[in-house]
Amino acid sequence: MDSAILSLLGAFLLSIIGLFVFIWSSRKGLLVENPKAASVIFARGEIGRVDDPALADAAQDSMQAAALEPGHPLHVADATELQDRIASDQSSAFPVFMFIAFACFWLLLGSLAGLTSSIKLHQPDWLTDQAWLTFGRIRTVHLTAVLYGWISNAALGMMLWLLPRLLRTHLHGAIWSMLGGALINMGIAAAIGAISSGWTDGMEYLEIPWQIAILIFAGFVLVILSVLYTLVNRKVEHLYVSVWYMVAALLWISLLFVVAKLPGVHTGVQQATTNWWYGHNVLGLWFTPVSVGAIYYFLPKIIGRPVRSYNLSILGFWTLAFFYGQVGGHHLIGGPVPGWLTTLSIVQSVMMVIPVVAFSINMGATLKGRMHLARYSPTLRFMMFGGLMYFASSLQGSLEALRSVNQVAHFTHFTVAHAHLGAYAFVTMVLFGAIYFMMPRVLNWEWPYPKLITLHFWLSAIGIAIYFIGLSAGGWLQGVAMLDAARPFMDSVTLTLPYLKWRTAGGSLMVLGHIVFVGHFLAMALRFGPTRTGAALFWQNNKRELAHGQ
Amino acid sequence: MDNEVKLVSGAMVALAVATAALVVMPYMEVRDIQPRPGLKPYTSAELRGRGVYIANGCVYCHSQQPRDRNFGPDFERGWGRASVPGDYIYDKPHLLGSMRTGPDLFNIASRQPSKDWHLGHLYQPRAYVPGSIMPSYPFLFTVKDAKEAEKEGEQPVSLPPAYAPNVGQVVVPTPEALDLVKYLLALNHTYPVLPPAPKP
Repeated sequence: MDSAILSLLGAFLLSIIGLFVFIWSSRKGLLVENPKAASVIFARGEIGRVDDPALADAAQDSMQAAALEPGHPLHVADATELQDRIASDQSSAFPVFMFIAFACFWLLLGSLAGLTSSIKLHQPDWLTDQAWLTFGRIRTVHLTAVLYGWISNAALGMMLWLLPRLLRTHLHGAIWSMLGGALINMGIAAAIGAISSGWTDGMEYLEIPWQIAILIFAGFVLVILSVLYTLVNRKVEHLYVSVWYMVAALLWISLLFVVAKLPGVHTGVQQATTNWWYGHNVLGLWFTPVSVGAIYYFLPKIIGRPVRSYNLSILGFWTLAFFYGQVGGHHLIGGPVPGWLTTLSIVQSVMMVIPVVAFSINMGATLKGRMHLARYSPTLRFMMFGGLMYFASSLQGSLEALRSVNQVAHFTHFTVAHAHLGAYAFVTMVLFGAIYFMMPRVLNWEWPYPKLITLHFWLSAIGIAIYFIGLSAGGWLQGVAMLDAARPFMDSVTLTLPYLKWRTAGGSLMVLGHIVFVGHFLAMALRFGPTRTGAALFWQNNKRELAHGQ
Repeated sequence: MDNEVKLVSGAMVALAVATAALVVMPYMEVRDIQPRPGLKPYTSAELRGRGVYIANGCVYCHSQQPRDRNFGPDFERGWGRASVPGDYIYDKPHLLGSMRTGPDLFNIASRQPSKDWHLGHLYQPRAYVPGSIMPSYPFLFTVKDAKEAEKEGEQPVSLPPAYAPNVGQVVVPTPEALDLVKYLLALNHTYPVLPPAPKP
């Protein structure tokens, strides 16, 4: 049977299955909108109330005034439900603080390592005397510190904070999650030491030596135990979509990690496919669902309006689950791997348009008429920026998987720019927003210098814009030069130099932003700044005492 | 959406499908491949050199997977024929790479077989390739007094005069540098992989 008949048959079968799924879903009433499920993140009477803990009272007031719509009077939120939420927040405060503090530390270390590697690409004789500072090692320190140290810690912290809220219970097994956090961070520290000294498993995204990876895996298992224990002890019937994204992501990353790190199993070309199965799924099945889940919670919560179409968010979840896992092979297009594998990955990469568009339509509709609130709310700014960049980076990723585009972009800095669009402009910005939202509730203290939040946002946003635009342009030209047999290979190297310098410029702004952010975080944790009466917790003037848990 | 069992099982099915496609099926497809007669296992020194290659992250700038001629001018650049799964039988971990900040190295030994060139190039890439942005690796070498090195029977690296150390001193490679070059000089996959064309 030739491939044309096979693909026709495949398309036919898919349509039949699709038809049955459609019939089944309409029988189950899944096509009827479900505003009740979308509203579980609010207490009774809370819809319509904006919520941004990063704002002081007066700023919160003007944001609320801007959000008011005629015909929708504000109600008083149910006090018992708010009380429950305070209890949830209190139960998770300590573990959450621990994870976020570690995340901040690794962010700073990792971004300094990243900036060093960036400079080294255009100053190749800078800092070459020490082996640990050589490009190949410091670049990997950067990757390990930001991916495992920053993003994973921040994601775990955010998850442990959100789940008790969404499940209306306290965090069960908090001590286990903290023990898990200790193991994970010991592992990351050990891994960074190992990589600096030249001990690595040698595969991209999987450099952490497997002996050290055992620590990290054990840590994840402990966190999972705590999460599952909280899940089965929930006090709500309905699991909000963020719970789906986050719990699934946590299980996925643990299994991915353990399969990819199995020592002595993988070899040669098969190891390469496993490598990229893992490499892309770190982003696809860990960072992305966690961040999308976060946006599904924070964005509606900040603007005080439930998600427009709850079913669309469910569709997004299942399409992401089934398509994203298989896209990794597009990293090996043109390589020595079976043709069907790259083709499968290209098809699934393009299918990823579905969850992304579902998400974007949903968020656009939810925000409709409330976008101006971003002028007031710094956390909303981060969330909106992140959401928009999810749309951009995922669509770009689908295009990049096409053979014609991949031919140019593969092996160049274009791919590096794309990776940063996803991991920074999308994931990291969402995590920043989440941390700005969470910390006042975790520490019971306001952000001491609100202006620094705005400064941080612009440093990061402008920094990544310069980084991405510069490096994408340079990478594309590099790819075009490399494909032209008439031009010497060195052309593709020298022409990237100005763009590599732009990358350093953008990267410096990002590092500056991180220094502002981590400094602000420290100031808050150490109770610096203007004396306040305590955190502007649930922002209801008549219920302030609730805010203090009294 | 109110059942944690559905959540967990659905998530696991999705992952299982992906794992079957990208891990298990490639495993079954390539496990029985036999190496070509032209491909030799690495020697101990070459494996040590491969370790140096891995430890210093050469893979982040150099791929080891020449592409097919209709997919790019890899062959015209002298990087060799398109690689096949059988070429990687002895590679653990694989070093296919994902960047070409520098050129593909799968057949570096066939286009640059000189040990001296490689040693000098590792010590200072710009001495041999003007405009190169490859880092120099001074930590893989020691700068020694010329007489002392001679007494110890060391073989100094021959460098272009502009990049040589001070008068009376020579650059001596460490064992790591020598092993690394041995590995680079083993990267030769120019043996044929297709059976000879049938005679008409």
